[in-house]
Amino acid sequence: MDNEESKRLLELLTARRADLLAQWEETVGASLRGRVSTAELGRELGELYDAVVDAVSKGGLAGRGEHFAVVRSLLVELSRTRARQGFTPTETAVSIFALKEVLEPLLAGSVEDARAYLQFARLLDDLGLFTVEEYARTREEIISAQSQQLLELSTPVVKLWDGVVGVPLVGTLDSARTQVVMEKLLQALVDSNSAHAIIDITGVPAVDTQVAQHLLKTVVAARMMGAECTISGIRPQIAQTIVALGIEFGDIPTKATLADALRHALMEIDKAAAARPAGLL
Amino acid sequence: MSDRVPVLKIGDILLVSIQVDLEDQMVLDLQDDLSQQIVATGARGVVIDISALEIVDSFVGRMLATTAAISRVLGAETVVVGMRPAVAMTLVELGLSLGGVRTALNLELGLGYLRRAQDTPPARR
Repeated sequence: MDNEESKRLLELLTARRADLLAQWEETVGASLRGRVSTAELGRELGELYDAVVDAVSKGGLAGRGEHFAVVRSLLVELSRTRARQGFTPTETAVSIFALKEVLEPLLAGSVEDARAYLQFARLLDDLGLFTVEEYARTREEIISAQSQQLLELSTPVVKLWDGVVGVPLVGTLDSARTQVVMEKLLQALVDSNSAHAIIDITGVPAVDTQVAQHLLKTVVAARMMGAECTISGIRPQIAQTIVALGIEFGDIPTKATLADALRHALMEIDKAAAARPAGLL
Repeated sequence: MSDRVPVLKIGDILLVSIQVDLEDQMVLDLQDDLSQQIVATGARGVVIDISALEIVDSFVGRMLATTAAISRVLGAETVVVGMRPAVAMTLVELGLSLGGVRTALNLELGLGYLRRAQDTPPARR
């Protein structure tokens, strides 16, 4: 690292702080099209500017070094807020790259200046890449959190009657969701002491062999624990698909609507109650 | 000498509650005890409680099927009760279905089923 160049840069950056910062804000502000308030942008960029100057004065222009820790943590914060607010990666990275643009006219004079500019540009490239990486990571975090939420939201188990629980399925069934549905359903059977379960697939957009396989698994597991399972909410179109694909539900009762399934379950319960002899044993 | 699984008589139903993981010798002893008890008491039903079992593998699964078959030969119907959700899920993943074995959620429902089955001799199955 050439000390001469970083010194020259530092002088320039310190001496013309107010001027450069104002230009930087203006360039960034234009690219963000007013979606971040001027005051907030000014604060962000001011902090970043000072941190960069400080880091360069401490340890030169090596962007991945220890002395850039403060700058990086500021960038992490910046890209996280940008990612959450729905900005594109370009709009996020431009906050860094705009500084190059601002410095360019100042450092185009002599050969030494040009070299200093190139060094600084490399530093800014590094920081810009870091910003984009951080942006992507934040996005991924958001996505995984959302899919987790979706998994939890879309698999409720409700008690329909004494001894009858229902699972209204919404969305496509994959193996991960089947696992969650099965776990919740079986636990609900034990907790509510229910011998009947109704799986309602009104909200399942399409039933293919894969989905049918998962449904069957759930029913078999419930049966193994001693509960009867009914599949309800089969729309006409789905019934046709099921037959066309040759899917066999075996002796699992299937009904068109949840109401039919509930009536079926209640009749079974009635039958069992009527047959129950008096006395404990 | 390994432990034996107790076989308890309630009315004309025998209750077998399995509390520990089974070994080969225990299974043989249990089938021995159970068949003798069914004959001795004239029991009409057998309830096997596996609510204490956290792991049911193919060995235990086969044991349950065999025990049920033995009892049926002797004129007693078998109900397996109290299977845990995790156990049921594991069995399904393994592709085992405990074919031929009646199951019920808990002891109460299992007893109820046996009483009904006895009251209506020509069972549906």
